[in-house]
Amino acid sequence: MEFLMALMVGALVSAAVYLMLARDVLRFLFGLVLVSNAANLLIFASGGLTPEAPPLVPEGLKAPPPDVANALPQALVLTAIVIGFGLFAFALILIYRSYQTMGTLDSDRMRLAEPEGRD
Amino acid sequence: MTALLLPAPILIAFATAILAFLFRGGREGRWISVAGSAVMLVAGSILLVRVLAEGPQAAQMGNWPAPFGITLVADTLSAVMVVITGITALAVSVYALSDITAEMEDLGYHTLFQVLIAGVTGAFLTGDLFNLYVWFEVMLISSFGLLVMGGRRVQMDAGIKYVTLNLISTVLFLSGIGLLYGVTGTLNLADLHYAVAGADEGLVTVIACMFLVGFGVKAAVFPLFFWLPAAYHTPAFSVSAVFAGLLTKVGVYAMMRMFTLVFTQDTGFTHGLLLWVACATMVTGVLGAAAQSDFRRILSFHIVSQIGYMVLGLALLTPLALAGAVFYLVHHIIVKANLFLVAGVVKRIAGDTEIDRIGGLYRGAPVLAFLFLIPAFSLAGFPPLSGFWAKYVLVAAAMDLRMWVVAGIALAVGLMTIYSMTKIWGRAFWAPHPGAVVPRLSSLPPGDRVALLVPIAGLAALTVAIGLFPEPFLRIATRAAEELFDPTAYLTAVLGERS
Repeated sequence: MEFLMALMVGALVSAAVYLMLARDVLRFLFGLVLVSNAANLLIFASGGLTPEAPPLVPEGLKAPPPDVANALPQALVLTAIVIGFGLFAFALILIYRSYQTMGTLDSDRMRLAEPEGRD
Repeated sequence: MTALLLPAPILIAFATAILAFLFRGGREGRWISVAGSAVMLVAGSILLVRVLAEGPQAAQMGNWPAPFGITLVADTLSAVMVVITGITALAVSVYALSDITAEMEDLGYHTLFQVLIAGVTGAFLTGDLFNLYVWFEVMLISSFGLLVMGGRRVQMDAGIKYVTLNLISTVLFLSGIGLLYGVTGTLNLADLHYAVAGADEGLVTVIACMFLVGFGVKAAVFPLFFWLPAAYHTPAFSVSAVFAGLLTKVGVYAMMRMFTLVFTQDTGFTHGLLLWVACATMVTGVLGAAAQSDFRRILSFHIVSQIGYMVLGLALLTPLALAGAVFYLVHHIIVKANLFLVAGVVKRIAGDTEIDRIGGLYRGAPVLAFLFLIPAFSLAGFPPLSGFWAKYVLVAAAMDLRMWVVAGIALAVGLMTIYSMTKIWGRAFWAPHPGAVVPRLSSLPPGDRVALLVPIAGLAALTVAIGLFPEPFLRIATRAAEELFDPTAYLTAVLGERS
């Protein structure tokens, strides 16, 4: 299970790097979304995967039995997903507005803040 | 009492943000922002006094004992950083009274500004790694908003570079957290200090490198700094002053915390790497500045160069070097924020920030020229200003270790900083204005003049005070460095006595 997860994280990261190397900033953003999902999966897997053992405390006990799934990484991933969602929503709007104002998505032609060859 | 003292600066900033949001349609938001910053500074100062008197303070949020709950902890370094955040917030919020337009106020400038301050303060005070990530995000999302607020084309361009590169660093940081949790099973910084000792050294070093890159982007070190000079010269002057003062320094702080408390098992590799990163950062920053001719872009490259000095202090990892780095952090925040504020006044009275298109400021506005000279010379390290002592301590620490080349680079970069500062001085202040006008401070309305010049004069006075009476400041920096070098007090405050 961990092995499959590791393969998936690797595949997501390589696809993301490929997309992020593009000059088109929209493709770059898609790459970023993929790599952040890879990071989420990585946190999820790092807690150890224990199928069929929900983290529930049986009646009469104060602590769950020792072999249950670790609930903390799931809480962390949930937080990271929510934060990531907000950030990417912002980034998408930013890219859309930039396209409207600058008329291009090609990062090589985005030289307004750093004009070239003026010295 | 401690349980209230630690979250107080964060809560005050958040409460101010909410109040400012409620009043965003009117003009009350600006005064709420000033008052909130002042109260936050007071709360931070009380915390610092307490920490200096009684040692590191820790509070467990929600009464979950460490390492299971989220800990807020303030040692000397954290408390000093909270105070300096309060000072910067107060200065910038006063400056914003004149600098921020009604349109930006309606868009919620004051709310975002206070959320940014809350995020910065939270990052300084947290004792939990994942919580640090959350504060970084709070800081980041509000800085995104502030950067593109106004929506000029050049801001959009800057925004894309700033947002995308910072998001990459966030993902790296997050992956590092995941892997570190997988290896150690804990996220509490104090607990991590013990947990990494039992972990596979090679694996921990790899994770350390992920943190190094993640924080390196935030701190703008070589070769990860390119977003900074692309972005910092585009937003409103208040915004770029607070960015220049605080944001990259949060990255440096996080680096200092992680690489003294957690990642100390292979210092020959990690800190050796940091040493060369620091030297390259100093040199590339100052060379980049030499090629620029815009007031704020010159200053932006100098931020990069100065970050190198702070990282150098961390890389040398002796108590003296760490004290130098802490002193440098404080000095740099005051001076750099001040220089950006001066740039704002220059733009207002001379009409531009491109130094070839302005001039005559020394003749028309000698007071402003004087107020520029203090932080500019302090930045370059002239005695008796604060920058002199900061550089002096770091160079002395390098010489103690017989690292002559490193000390030489630090001194040479100081000299080249003078070149950039004299370039601004010569062209913007001394040379006559190409449009044959004499820029005068009296062209500003009296209320604006007070709002713009009081924070500049206040920060300049602080620079001079640190320069003339460095003794108490150096003592605090030394103490912060000792606590970083030997974190026993920090660990005891968080986890209690351990046998």
